[in-house]
Amino acid sequence: MHKLPRTAAVGVIAPAAAVRRRQRTKAWLWAAVAVVPLAFLLIFFVWPVTALLARGFFDASGFSLNGVSEVLAAPRTWRIVSQTLAQSVVATVVAVLLGLPGAYLLYRTRFPGRRALRAVVSIPFVLPSVVVGVAFRSLLDTGGPLGFLGWDASFPALIAALVFFNYSVVVRTVGVLWARLDPRTAQAARSLGASRPRVWWSVTMPALAPAIASAAALTFLFCAAAFGVVLVLADQSWGTIETEIWYQTTQLLDLPAAAALSILQLVVVGISLLVADATRHRQERALRLAGRPTDHRLRVGDLPSVLITAAVIVVLLALPMSALVVRSLQTATGVGLGNYVLLFAVTGTGLPTVWQATLTSLQTAAVATMIALVLGGMVSYLLSRRPASVVGRRVLRSADAAFMLPLGVSAVTVGFGFLITLNRPPLDLRSSWILIPIAQAIVALPLVVRSLLPTLRAIDPRLHQAAATLGASPLRLVTSIDAPLAWRGFGLAIGFAFATSLGEFGATTFLARPDRPTLPVEIFHLIGRPGVDNQGMALAASVILAVLTASVMAVAEWIGPKESRAW
Amino acid sequence: MVSGLTVDQAVVRYGDTIAVDRLSLNVAPGEIVAVIGASGSGKSSLLRAVAGLEPLVSGAVRWDGVDQAMVPTHKRGFAVMFQDGQLFPHLNVGANVGYALYKRRRGERERRVAELLQLVGLPGYQERAITELSGGQAQRVALARSLAAEPRLLLLDEPLSALDVGMREHLAEVLAGGLRATGTPALYVTHDQDEAFAIADRVAVVKQGRLLQLDAPSRLWRHPDSREVAEFLGYRPFLSTAEAVALGWSAAPDAVIAVGPDAIVPDPAGVAVAVNGFSAGRGETVFEIELPSGQSGWLRVRGVVDPPDRWRVRLDPAGCALLSSPRG
Repeated sequence: MHKLPRTAAVGVIAPAAAVRRRQRTKAWLWAAVAVVPLAFLLIFFVWPVTALLARGFFDASGFSLNGVSEVLAAPRTWRIVSQTLAQSVVATVVAVLLGLPGAYLLYRTRFPGRRALRAVVSIPFVLPSVVVGVAFRSLLDTGGPLGFLGWDASFPALIAALVFFNYSVVVRTVGVLWARLDPRTAQAARSLGASRPRVWWSVTMPALAPAIASAAALTFLFCAAAFGVVLVLADQSWGTIETEIWYQTTQLLDLPAAAALSILQLVVVGISLLVADATRHRQERALRLAGRPTDHRLRVGDLPSVLITAAVIVVLLALPMSALVVRSLQTATGVGLGNYVLLFAVTGTGLPTVWQATLTSLQTAAVATMIALVLGGMVSYLLSRRPASVVGRRVLRSADAAFMLPLGVSAVTVGFGFLITLNRPPLDLRSSWILIPIAQAIVALPLVVRSLLPTLRAIDPRLHQAAATLGASPLRLVTSIDAPLAWRGFGLAIGFAFATSLGEFGATTFLARPDRPTLPVEIFHLIGRPGVDNQGMALAASVILAVLTASVMAVAEWIGPKESRAW
Repeated sequence: MVSGLTVDQAVVRYGDTIAVDRLSLNVAPGEIVAVIGASGSGKSSLLRAVAGLEPLVSGAVRWDGVDQAMVPTHKRGFAVMFQDGQLFPHLNVGANVGYALYKRRRGERERRVAELLQLVGLPGYQERAITELSGGQAQRVALARSLAAEPRLLLLDEPLSALDVGMREHLAEVLAGGLRATGTPALYVTHDQDEAFAIADRVAVVKQGRLLQLDAPSRLWRHPDSREVAEFLGYRPFLSTAEAVALGWSAAPDAVIAVGPDAIVPDPAGVAVAVNGFSAGRGETVFEIELPSGQSGWLRVRGVVDPPDRWRVRLDPAGCALLSSPRG
């Protein structure tokens, strides 16, 4: 027998008013959960970035457009902008063209080793940009296996490296949707007399279009914001807005110019983010319509896809990494582990060894991961709610976009902004090591949210309703339904957060102190120094950093959801 | 004090659409009330409002006379059984059934889960994964899970409509058996009137959010209040007194006469009618015939027979329902 509910006595109050009061209390509770991540984002993202942008508009005499207009009038600026756009457009087109057969093969056909191959393909996305830069150089410079091409520090090398990163973005984003396309639609078209090419153009392509557009927009975004890889791979004649910001601040100390360039970068990245967001919403709707993943055995007609994908995996993905490993084992005295031994060697200068930098990186990444997970968990939980009111839905939709912003604002801008705002009262963190993990958490936050949100959103609201009618309190809903169903997403989020933080270079390079560098920063220093030993150590350190990030991601993949995410 | 559930002048609205329109009904302790209506008639909204999943714009949901407006869903003690079960995919059958029993001691919980699985005809299924279940099995587990909560009231939202016909009839018996065995009062929403008539003590007919009639199945069938209800139950066509007399019911009363599915019978001495079409199935043949009034009528004949061009028929008063005449 049920006891009478305690609240029953309140029934005397006019019900409508009382209900409205309860709903208002509930709204306040939600707002409280939202305040923590919002405050964090305001202090550690909006404020530094705004302060940086303001530098562009204020000089010693007050508000002035001189700095900005000077930068905008300079031919060098427009060369940089067009180079940024050129590398992003070309890399995006190549990545999409190569990625479509890959998406088909890895998500629509069935063969032994498919899962392992999917994992291999997904690893480059999380590899640190500095490592990828070093790997492509070890492949293409005069001593490398493809040195005869003369592509070292060239446009093709840069494009290859950018495609290397983003191939998996296309494969995954398109593949996940492709796997869920109902094959019967294409079969219906075939039965109505359409040829295979006509089915592809009239049925399959239009269905995949949102995913292709979304993948292209994201790839463009990542290419336009690429920093470490450009810095390592391209020579002086080539620059992107990102490297130019870095150059203007660290080499020329021209802060107004850097601020003006940051504004330009915001515009470029803002547009691609808007496109990506619009297509992502379309795609989430499309995905809901599709059923379970379907695939078929590999058949003779799939040969072109097999050949293209095999070539991509062997030449584009495996070759640079193999060249990196092989060359890290070459020392002045022959093949051996000499370069790795040097990583532990203490120099006379009192600077930390590469080994110590590795430990620093691991600690920093661990703290950054924790921050990103706590914040990302709160944000995702909030964004996964389905408010009944129109206003509530609108607020959520804009919050969704707000938390994606760090993805769009360059890491260089974040790091530089920290440098000029958080080094004096009211918040003086200049000498605090916590600045680096905070910056890395900001950079990792969008990836965490994008990993958690789909698994949380995939939970049918009627599961909550069923549990509630069985007597589960709101707290028990979280512990007994949401947490067990979303823990796979958490595995993936941890992997992304840790791998991203471990390899983060753009923001960290501004914030790391010389006596406590992280591994990517240390690698960048090493390749800038002359001497065979330094180059060899850079290669060995790159291998270690690559192995660390790849294994973190492999573990996350292993416990993560198998099909549910796009990137 | 009224015991059990009382819905009093309830209104549910989605934007400008009124889903439930000043609807009142009650469910007494131990009683099963079915709510039938076409899809979109607001019957599911009514059920969700009772569960506290939709807010009421006005009116009240009361239990034993106490307004439930301030009672959140999880404290109402009204379990909902959804059309597609909504079993928790990460829990096995036993853990799903035992979901509401988490405060009980382990041994007691396991004993209760075993009992309930026995009751719904799935003994020993505790360790099965949800994904291994057929649609019918999943609904039985959902029923066991709801009953485990020992709800004050069970709300069933088209629990059988996703199943195929044979399974539906069998499970309707399992459902009714489970409800009777535990004495659980229930509000049972369905669009299938056979299901409702088989399970319920009383049946409510709902159209466009309004309650048209609430009666015991036999009374509802014999005495539909209005032409709308009669139409929904399957009465057609509707004849005037004169038209009924012309079909051989010489003492036809002064009323609108609703013709039930079995009301037109073959009679060698009856009125000759033309056959306009026929369909055969499940051991009977249904002829569409042209009545003297020019309306279509339906004649059911046992066995699958070849159609003659004409039948002689008469109206059987036992198969008709009387609606109050439009004049009074």
